Amino acid sequence: MKTIKGSSGEWDIVIGMEVHAQVLSNAKLFSGASTAFGAAPNSQVSFVDAGMPGMLPVINEKCIEQAVRTGLGLKARINLRSVFDRKNYFYPDLPSGYQISQYKDPIVGEGEVTIDLKSGESITVGIERLHLEQDAGKSLHDQHPDTSFVDLNRAGVALMEIVTKPHMRSPEEAAAFLKKLRAIVRYLGTCDGNMDEGSMRADVNVSVCRAGGYEKFRADGSFKHLGTRCEIKNVNSVRFIAQAVEYEARRQVEILEEGGTVRQETRLFDARAGETRSMRGKEEAHDYRYFPDPDLLPLELEQAWVDAIAASLPELPDEKRARFIAQGLSPYDASVLVSERELADYYEELAQGVDAKAAANWLNNEILGRLNKAGLAITECPVPAAANNAIIRMTADGTISGKIAKDLLDIVWTEGGDPEAVVETRGLRQVTDTGAIDAAIEVVIAANPGKVEEVKHKPKLAGWFVGQVMRETGGKANPAAVNAALKARLNLPDEG
Amino acid sequence: MPGSSSNDLTAMTLAGARDALKARKISSRELTAAFIAAIEAGRGLNAFVTETAEVALLMADASDKRLAAGEAGALEGLPLAIKDLFCTKGTRTTAASKILGDFVPPYESTVTQNLWNAGAVMLGKTNLDEFAMGSSNETSFFGPVVNPWRAKDSNMNLVPGGSSGGSSAAVAADLCLAATGTDTGGSIRQPAAVTGTVGLKPTYGRCSRYGIVAFASSLDQAGPMTKTVRDAAILLASMASVDPKDSTSVDLPVPDYESVLEGGVKGLRVGIPKEYRIEGIPADVAALWDKAADWLKAQGAEIVEVSLPHTKYALPTYYIVAPAEASSNLARYDGVRFGYRAAHPRDITDLYERSRGEGFGAEVQRRILIGTYVLSAGYYDAYYARAQRLRTLIKRDFDAAFETCDVLLTPSTPGPAFGLGAKTSDPLEMYLQDVFTVTVNLAGLPGISVPGGLTESGLPLGLQLIGKAFDEGTLLRAAQAVETAADFRAKPAKWWAA
Amino acid sequence: MSVDKDTVRRIAKLARLAVPEERLEPMARELNGIFQWVEMLGEVKVEGVPPLTSVVAQKLKWRKDEVTDGGNADALMANAPGGEDHFFTVPKVVE
Repeated sequence: MKTIKGSSGEWDIVIGMEVHAQVLSNAKLFSGASTAFGAAPNSQVSFVDAGMPGMLPVINEKCIEQAVRTGLGLKARINLRSVFDRKNYFYPDLPSGYQISQYKDPIVGEGEVTIDLKSGESITVGIERLHLEQDAGKSLHDQHPDTSFVDLNRAGVALMEIVTKPHMRSPEEAAAFLKKLRAIVRYLGTCDGNMDEGSMRADVNVSVCRAGGYEKFRADGSFKHLGTRCEIKNVNSVRFIAQAVEYEARRQVEILEEGGTVRQETRLFDARAGETRSMRGKEEAHDYRYFPDPDLLPLELEQAWVDAIAASLPELPDEKRARFIAQGLSPYDASVLVSERELADYYEELAQGVDAKAAANWLNNEILGRLNKAGLAITECPVPAAANNAIIRMTADGTISGKIAKDLLDIVWTEGGDPEAVVETRGLRQVTDTGAIDAAIEVVIAANPGKVEEVKHKPKLAGWFVGQVMRETGGKANPAAVNAALKARLNLPDEG
Repeated sequence: MPGSSSNDLTAMTLAGARDALKARKISSRELTAAFIAAIEAGRGLNAFVTETAEVALLMADASDKRLAAGEAGALEGLPLAIKDLFCTKGTRTTAASKILGDFVPPYESTVTQNLWNAGAVMLGKTNLDEFAMGSSNETSFFGPVVNPWRAKDSNMNLVPGGSSGGSSAAVAADLCLAATGTDTGGSIRQPAAVTGTVGLKPTYGRCSRYGIVAFASSLDQAGPMTKTVRDAAILLASMASVDPKDSTSVDLPVPDYESVLEGGVKGLRVGIPKEYRIEGIPADVAALWDKAADWLKAQGAEIVEVSLPHTKYALPTYYIVAPAEASSNLARYDGVRFGYRAAHPRDITDLYERSRGEGFGAEVQRRILIGTYVLSAGYYDAYYARAQRLRTLIKRDFDAAFETCDVLLTPSTPGPAFGLGAKTSDPLEMYLQDVFTVTVNLAGLPGISVPGGLTESGLPLGLQLIGKAFDEGTLLRAAQAVETAADFRAKPAKWWAA
Repeated sequence: MSVDKDTVRRIAKLARLAVPEERLEPMARELNGIFQWVEMLGEVKVEGVPPLTSVVAQKLKWRKDEVTDGGNADALMANAPGGEDHFFTVPKVVE
């Protein structure tokens, strides 16, 4: 049961999302100005973007392609005919007084995204549609007491607005969905998903209803089973999504349990306070007066062109995940690895020709931990995947022991170098030579007569001996061989 | 021609001046100077918002150099007037509105760039109805334009038509060789008709709209306003182009329109749409229409009666579609990035409301309100969506009619020029001026007005020909035949050159 | 359709047009005259008739993804009322 507990009973949380993803392209959707992030104010603005008199939009083919590519990644229907509409309203960062968007006939229709939860459960979140639209410029309201400053660099950049169906049921699902969507667009190369740079933003719709209402909604599609929803605008991190949903759901439950009604409104998430707040002055319902943009013609796509894009898609997270599982990874491990394409690519190179599980463990236990501590991304890892692959191979074929492998990683991590060469120059090869092991055992026995006596009564002390022998050999002895030799030499019973 | 009087020079046609310049009989500088003087003397007509005498002479000199070197462009050295709706780089552009303030475009419209590339000379920016909204040039922030024509024995000021009233007056008064105009519901053809000049609105998409202050995007089209049909053919050939900067500009090469003019009309099927014979149409308008049909018949054309059943719905359809698009197109005039900004705004809303309330004139405000309303929630289907369906029906009417004819012949306007202030009390009365012309914009077809004759009171009347899409060649050929038969030589007496 | 002065006030707000109070009534009358006239379109049977999306019978032209524009903040700001450090300025907007 996916519910939250109120004072009077269980409640369903129902979540839908509208994600705005900036399209990766050189130029804007309807003008030739650059989309590069971080430029000097108003230095990447064409007269078209600025809404100057007589200026006209001309569509960028790359943006169309990216939208179709994303739609295919969402397993969605590509609409071969779509229309651009004007959404009319006044705001200083909207120079023309209208945004060119798509209203009734979007370029992409229904699709779906599968998300894998920590519990191992997989759920499908329906996608309602994806459409192309212009981004607005940026207004700075906090630089001066009486003046707002407007920079139009971002005005006209292509956005894909991805609208989900209300199929998410918890803060965890909402966060997982956004992470998955981000991974998909990054895999496809259609959006860089940088939420802190604002290239991906989410508006989250949250409502609650008495437990059971959601199932009824899924059964007959009627929204009357659901509660009044509030929109939390511009949540700009995955972490904040979960917090915002959590707070908002509880807020609504509290209102309803006190006998009140939830007012349909737009809210902002205050990250510092961890709360959602009502947006002042946005109470008036907007009348956007949508109508087809008469400066453009309907967008028509050829099926063959769409098919060519479909044929060029890279392997997506779900497919990669399935392949990793087939290779022996657990569903959870596979999910973690495919969440970032760079991580999955790193893993695959690292896992070439070695046991998949061993490779995944090595990556998770040794690499990711070190990266996290150093605050580095996988792309900044000082040890190339191929080097890790070498270390794993040498461990697998007995060239080095497990312990030496970790030491070797430390060396290569801080000093660089080729692991195989380091093993040779530093003499890290695992000692399997029984003669050397026997000699080391004799040294330890000779130095610890007392313990030799003890072990006859306490067989478990054999472990201490193993450690000592390992130390004597500089850690290079093969532990299994040491164990076997010790047992034989000390006449220890087999413990299995 | 040594010893040519200024009058001779300004009375030339575009074609005549072109030939004289090529033959080096006159220089562009002489010609340009003559027009500059005429414009100065003609200030009483208020045809120009901005005169660009200095720039004109510089351009003329450059043209003379090219003419001497044998590198003449199609319009080399020919002085033209430009409707102040075309953005001209470095020269103030106003759209005849207070709200554009002192806006100096940092870019050039494609149409005017084409003209300068062809070697033309810019005399100045002509007056118009504010944002091209009007049929009499009485809504301009810079005051009305006066028609150079006056009724017999009258010195009442008459309107030059609109919205391209400044251009039509300038051409009729010999203040320029020719001018550019724009036509959304009749704004080239109607003023041409009431000033005894030629006005051509090409097929939608023939000329680029890039850099032209937008009124109604799906209807606006630039076109030539000239003294003769030949001049219109010459000017259109340079104005038109394929423009990648305008998504509604059509990918068709520009034909040599001048070369097909003399083809005659033998065997041409001329359609007479019966629904244009409206009640209350003045007798002389109807009579001229009938006479024109006879002229064409005499030259070998076949006269066919056709029906355009949805004609009467065209004007109301236009007055939904045009204001709707305009309300959105004019949202950018907000005092933020250019143009007029109200003083001491309290907040952003006040800045918008007062800049626009103070910057836009009454007719523009009226149309913005109409447009905003018909697009608003609850009304879109009943009005805008319905009007767009009516456009389909109107277009289908024309498609069907053109199965049995090649061009259509109608009056251009329901009457001659009227007095200033005569029709300003009721907006609807003014809107009715476009009754014969709006259908053509709604269907996106080409239309031309040619002077046909004079009324009893000595005022010009025009004849309209409507052609098939991108068939300006046939249209011009038919227009030439009408012009030849009409033999309209009358010119207004120069009462304004005090 | 028929508008009263409250409707005119609302529409003017939507269009960000300051219409003086005393003009609301006369404007309503002018608009009503036009709207009444436009009502005749209701006579026509339009079922099954598609709206005219464009008079131009051609496909939407696509542009190559190249940076060909922008990079001239001075030209952009040249006509701006106010403006500071290449930012457009407006009275403070409160969110």
